[in-house]
Amino acid sequence: MALGGAGTEGRVAVRDLVKRFGPVAAVDGVSLDVAAGEFVALLGPSGSGKTTILMAIAGFEFPTSGRVEIGGEDVTWAPPNKRNLGMVFQRYTLFPHMSVVENIAFPLKMRGIGRAEREAKAQAALATVRLEGYGARRPSQLSGGQQQRVALARAIVYRPRVLLMDEPLSALDKNLREEMQLEIKHLQQRIGVTVVFVTHDQTEAMTMADRVAVLDRGRLQQVGAPRDLYEAPATPFVAGFIGETNFLPGRAKAAAVAGAPVAVALDGGGEAVATAVGAVPAGVAVRVAVRPERVALSPPSADTLPGTIAEAIYAGVATTCIADIGGDRRLRARIAAGTGLVQWEPGARVGVGWRAEDARAFAAAP
Amino acid sequence: MSPGRRPAAFFLGGRHLSEAASLVLLAPFLILLAIVFLLPLGTLIHESLLVPQPTLANYERVFVEPVYLRVMGRTARVAFYVTLVTLLLGYPLAWVMARSSGLRLGLLAAAVLLPLWTSVLVRTYAWMVLLQRNGLVNEWLQALGIVDAPVKLLYTEGAVVLAMSHVLLPFMVLPVYSALKGIPEDYPRAALMLGASPWSAFREVVWPLSLPGVASGSLMVFLLSLGFFVTPALIGGPQQMMIATLVSQQVRELLNWPFAGALVGVLLAFVLALTLAFNRFIRIERFVGTR
Repeated sequence: MALGGAGTEGRVAVRDLVKRFGPVAAVDGVSLDVAAGEFVALLGPSGSGKTTILMAIAGFEFPTSGRVEIGGEDVTWAPPNKRNLGMVFQRYTLFPHMSVVENIAFPLKMRGIGRAEREAKAQAALATVRLEGYGARRPSQLSGGQQQRVALARAIVYRPRVLLMDEPLSALDKNLREEMQLEIKHLQQRIGVTVVFVTHDQTEAMTMADRVAVLDRGRLQQVGAPRDLYEAPATPFVAGFIGETNFLPGRAKAAAVAGAPVAVALDGGGEAVATAVGAVPAGVAVRVAVRPERVALSPPSADTLPGTIAEAIYAGVATTCIADIGGDRRLRARIAAGTGLVQWEPGARVGVGWRAEDARAFAAAP
Repeated sequence: MSPGRRPAAFFLGGRHLSEAASLVLLAPFLILLAIVFLLPLGTLIHESLLVPQPTLANYERVFVEPVYLRVMGRTARVAFYVTLVTLLLGYPLAWVMARSSGLRLGLLAAAVLLPLWTSVLVRTYAWMVLLQRNGLVNEWLQALGIVDAPVKLLYTEGAVVLAMSHVLLPFMVLPVYSALKGIPEDYPRAALMLGASPWSAFREVVWPLSLPGVASGSLMVFLLSLGFFVTPALIGGPQQMMIATLVSQQVRELLNWPFAGALVGVLLAFVLALTLAFNRFIRIERFVGTR
């Protein structure tokens, strides 16, 4: 069943979007292209502007400057009811005075579709979200997860070109949330609708989205596939926000072009290698970012940073060792279960190291 | 706690008061209610039915004599119009209030509540000053050339409805406001998103969800209107007599306590019937279940 509009209909483009609330820029020059049928997550902490961007796409916020295009058509100033979009909100927004099937048929009723046809379509949409037989119930008689599935059915029953989701799973408990993430993902793949999904949960964004747009303080930090964001974060913010990262400040010992290995003299002593994210001039201040699972612990040697294990936290699948490398610096190293040859105990002296391709050097902002 | 072994403490720590505690707390109110409300009411009803001997003649008179039927008809009609006018004026006002905050909400709330804190008598005299033969309204009408001679505004049913609507407006605005305030903003938003025009979003979602507030505001205004005394007596005059004025006339001028009792009895029965009907109606609130 292909409900959604593929082709060019479902394209969403945000161009140079700026939204100011008084002196504060909630969104500060964001441009983003979403292809038809693509699942894009807007990810960021609260206040990053992700919801404001979604509301501008939905038509509930009008930008200070910039444009919103849907299917190649400029809709920046169109009211929400003229945009033919679907939306699932954070809280359950099923109308409490209508039955489940009346809720799902509501958008069809608003489009002047006859009673029999909208009933049939609503029942079909209800089946799509695996809730056959629940049509006569009131929303209050459903669980949170069921309510969100009904909201989803209501948002796709009229085949909108784009489906917007504003943290739709944040009110659900963890297990249900994970189940719903996959369910929404599969539904989206089946019907081919474009999805723009707002979340502050990086795992959720990485699980569901084809591409993730990371935002911080109204600015787009990086857009990319989950793997690119994790493996090749473009900014220190992305490196710190997605997954866990150790940051070590230092100075580049020599110039390096983007993607080349660079040796870094660490503040507080020691030397490390990393891959330069951008062009790094010699002597410039840099921050070295390295993931805990890429940090290798070994017996002390000349080409590793000397350290002491301060803590070893066993968590089943992995053990996290916190190594004190002097100068008030601590590094986390995660050793997956079954790969550690040595059980590191607190107090043990270790050598800490990593390969150049496993660490990234960001030139500090000038 | 084991059943049957309640602690002797006056206040229980839990959610429920012990029956003794509730009774003690309610006693002052119940005693007051009994002395100033139930006792006089009982006496009046007693007079109407049993003095000097058991009879239904007083009640018969209420329903047989056209003048009394007219008064009751007018009372119900005025109460209905007042309810309608306060709803038409109050709903948009409550709507704006529910979507305001800060200074604007404060000013609007003051505009609604200040009249409520002002004496009804003062407000009614203000209307008399405005509406009398040489009053402001007639002056303006003449100055604007709309009428040549002063028109009769005071002592008309329209004037009674107008003045009572003003007095009773807060009783409509407040329940409607709280009903509208309880509707999450996301409901109309979702409706718009699903393709509803702003008007459809109101008609299909906001209005039905605000009905409990509309119903309780309407009931309140209607019931208060039925028994309203000061405003109809002063603005309506003897020609536009309503039931409360009639009762007062029977008691104070004609000293016909049994007949006044019968009028009160009829009014009371009507009010009780309405309230019971309303209680049945308001059950829908439970099944709407806003949460």
